[in-house]
Parts: sequence; C-alpha cells; structure tokens
Amino acid sequence: MGGEPIVAIVGAGPAGLAATRVLVQAGLRPIVLEEATLPGGQGTRRLSPLSEPYRAALYGQGADAMARREDTENAILAKCDYRPGTLVWACHDNQLELLGPDGFVGQPYTHLVIAVGATDRIMPVPGWTLPGVFTLGGSQVAVKRHASFIGRKVVFAGSSPLLYLAAAQYLRLGHRDLTVLDTTPMAAKLRAFPAMLRHAPRTAMEGLALMAELRRGGVAMLSGGTIRAIEGDGRVERLRYVTRKGRETVVAADAVAMGHGLRAETQLAELAGAEFRFDPDFRQWFARTDAMGRAGETLWLAGDSARIGGAQAADAAGSLAAQSLLASLGRQIPARLLRRGRRRLKAQLDFQRAMTGAFRWPAETVAELPDATPICRCERVTAGEIRATLAAPVGPVEINRVKSITRCGMGRCQGRFCGPALAEIVASAAGETPGRLRAQAPVRPIPLVADTEGAEQRA
Amino acid sequence: MPKIDPTPLFHPISPGTPRPVRFAFDGVGVSARTGDTILAAILAAGLPCGTSEFDGAARAGFCLMGSCQDCTMWDERGRRLRGCMTEVTDGQRLRSRPYDDET
Ligand code: FES
Repeated sequence: MGGEPIVAIVGAGPAGLAATRVLVQAGLRPIVLEEATLPGGQGTRRLSPLSEPYRAALYGQGADAMARREDTENAILAKCDYRPGTLVWACHDNQLELLGPDGFVGQPYTHLVIAVGATDRIMPVPGWTLPGVFTLGGSQVAVKRHASFIGRKVVFAGSSPLLYLAAAQYLRLGHRDLTVLDTTPMAAKLRAFPAMLRHAPRTAMEGLALMAELRRGGVAMLSGGTIRAIEGDGRVERLRYVTRKGRETVVAADAVAMGHGLRAETQLAELAGAEFRFDPDFRQWFARTDAMGRAGETLWLAGDSARIGGAQAADAAGSLAAQSLLASLGRQIPARLLRRGRRRLKAQLDFQRAMTGAFRWPAETVAELPDATPICRCERVTAGEIRATLAAPVGPVEINRVKSITRCGMGRCQGRFCGPALAEIVASAAGETPGRLRAQAPVRPIPLVADTEGAEQRA
Repeated sequence: MPKIDPTPLFHPISPGTPRPVRFAFDGVGVSARTGDTILAAILAAGLPCGTSEFDGAARAGFCLMGSCQDCTMWDERGRRLRGCMTEVTDGQRLRSRPYDDET
C-alpha cells in the first residue's frame, strides 16, 4: 500500500466510537462515517433537540454521566474527519461509496472498521403491517428522536430484554397504559439467569431492577405464549395471543412495538469481503473474525454488526479492533491491555449467549403462520406464496433462489425485516439450518438526489 | 384527499408543545413542532404516511430509524426521502406518491 494509512470507520455507535477513541489516542485521524446526524448509535441513541427536555426523566441519576460521556465523544470526533449524514452504500476494491452532504463520493481506504450495528429481528404475525405496529427499537426512537409516544395503549410484544427497557422509558415519561407481552416463558428465564449473573452480574441485576420498576409502575406483564394476530380496522385495535396453557386472550391496544432480539447488519461487511458462519444459539449468520475482530487483510468488524453483544460488548470490541489495526501498522500494544479487553468482551458476549435462552427467537412459529400473512412488508409477499414456491419443483431449495422467485427480500428494506422469517420458512421446508440472503449494493436504496437528508442536517 | 383519523397514531410526549411549523402533505395542511420529523408530524395529525403500492393498505412507518423505507415520500422537487429521518421545514409541500404516478 505504502504512504499514509487511510483509516475509515463506518458507524458512530458504541463500537465505532470506541475504535475512534483508541485510534485518536494513538495519534491517527480516522474518517468516521455516520448515516445519522448525531453519533451514539441506536440503543445508546442521543436525544434529539426535541427530546432533550426529557433527559432527566428518561435517565434519572445516569443523566449527568451520560451528558459527560457525550461531551467526551464530541471532543474525540472533533479530532477526526467526522462526516455525519453520510450513507455508505457500497464497498469494493478498498473503496467505499458514499452519499452525503457533498453528494456521491468514492472514498478509498487502507484500513476499514465496520461497526454499523443491528436492527430489530422480527417474526411476522398476521396484522403486523397494520398502521400502529412499529419495531421495538422504533418505539424507543419515537421518544428519543420524535418526542412522541407510538400510541395511547401500547403493547410491547415479542421476545427481547428491550421490551422491558422500552416499557420503562415510556413509564418514566408518564405513559400509563402499557403492557409487556414476552413470549418466552418465565421458566426459561429462570434457567438462563444463573449463567447471565455469572458473566455480567451488573447487567443481569439491572434487568431485574427494570422488571421491579415496571411492576411498581403498574405495567401489565405477561410471559409465555404465542402471538396469534394483531387486528383492527385499518389500524391496530387489539392483539390476540394464546397463553402457554392454550387459553385465547385478547389485549386491547392502539399500538404494538414488536421485536424478537436483534439482527446483525452484515451487508456492508459482506461487500467488504467478510465470510460468514451460522451461530446456532442466535440462529443467525455472523461474520468470521479473529478474537480481535479482524475479518480480512484490511477489514475489522466490531459491535452488534459483527456479533450481537449490546453496547458494552460493542465498546470493548471497538477498542480491540482498533488495537489490532494499530498492531497491523507496526504499533506496540501492551499485552496486558489486550488481555483485559478480550476478557471484558468475552464476559459480555457470554452473557448475551446465555440470554438467547431467556429471550428465544420463536423460529418454530413460522410453521403456524396462516398463508395470508405478509412476510415481506415492502411488496406484501405472503407466507403462502413462499410455501407454494417451495412446494413447486424449483430445484435446490435455497433462500436466494426463493427470494428471486417470490421477490421476498427484494423490496425497499432489502430483506432487513422479512429476511429472518423467510430463512426459517425455507429452512423448515428444506429441513436444514436457515440460509443467508446475499448482500447487494446499494445496501440501502439511494435517494435520487443527494441532499434529501439536508433538512435533518440543520437540526 | 386522505382521511384524517380523529385519534392519531402518534402522541407528543408533551401534548401542549407549540406547533408553529406548517406544511402540506398530499394537500392537507399539517402543523408541526420545531424540530419535528415529517413522519412524527404526519402521524400526530391523524394521517397515514401513504399506501402500499401492492395492496393499497395504509402505511404509517415501522422502524422509525431509516431502515425499512416504509415512510418513503416525495418532496415538491420530486426527491424521494424518508419521513422518519427528515426534519420538516416550514412551507414544505410533500406527497405520498411520486409525481409521475397519478394513479
Ligand atoms: S419508518 Fe422505517 S425508514 Fe422510516
């Protein structure tokens, strides 16, 4: 390569920010590319100016520490080539394709850190395309960015620790009609808890405190069972579910926040040359990396986009990736520092792995979905259409083939929300482990004109 | 003209927040808070943000963070944008369909 290294970091969430911090401390000036206008990521998303007045209510005693951390992050970003509002839509031959305030730009790099995070993993149910159904992550963005509640009678439904966190945030902001419907039975949580406690005692105890807070706040909490349908005339009016004992139950609601854990954003890593492996505990495909997050000659991955681990794991992984990158530039990294970082990362990842038992991805429920259920919300491809394709003699049953025949996964969201369920439907037909949708550039639809995000730039 | 639902989907955390920003969506006048996203203002006004071109059902956003493209809309100059990622500006005229689509 020769010459000065050009280090690019994609994503300014906890992993990208940690990598940035380590590189800046080592005297480098990385390029930091962030699609949003504010750094911070999703789970640890910063409050928009509109939501800023709710900081104290949302974070209580943690509010000051959070503000201080944001100041530190800003100071670090000020020492970088930081480009917010910049979409990275492709990667090839050690070059990123960007769309940002300056329009379309090609950005060559010598070293790349991808830390683009995760989105909600969704198991569709009949009615999930009704207005008033949002993702669980979206319900949190509603308060942190849009300064809005998603409804007056909100059900947080699915299988995720974030059900409890999101409900607590609504409660703290004064919402008083909240239900948590967690489809994983309490017994599974009790079984997983000792391991969670062992790996990350603080985080595990915070989870318990959250549940206690909800109970005190009068939030209805149901656990175990299957969501049958979300129903209503043109918008959400009720959620129908069956308890573990088989009792049909109806919850009145005008909004549902649904989520079944997180799904790693892998598209860009794939375009940058990463290889993938199936993780049976998480039931999803993660990129192959070494213990430091290195995935190739010029490629490092960190945070939830590499492996689901949450914000603390992302912070540890981002630091490690940057240290590995520095080592590849010939810098000496104290072994003690690396050991400590790896231990911290491992504890959080082990915690998350234990938690997959406490908050199960309900893979088996795809088999019970009525044929009319839309799996692809972009183009409304139904479960029945996918099943019919699988039943037809199409040759090898492979997810990418099913995608091109049915168009499920080819719509605007590019398989982000239908992908996991599509994989399970294909897997249940083929009797194999779920396949992986191949990534294609652009990894997000490109606006026709570059400055569509310009309005938010001024925020 | 789209029908206004008297019970909107979105509710501002503080109901009394002034809404000095005015814009039009599919010809309907909408008022918004300073710093509002287009989507939040539309949903708080009791409007959906469009219909599915595949089954005609109302769309109202889903991920609220730029991933699903469910809130895709167009501005006066024909530019496609995501309502959940774009801050509203006073006097803006937006539509739920592109201009060349008059169906
Ligand atoms: S609601 Fe998903 S992109 Fe706007």
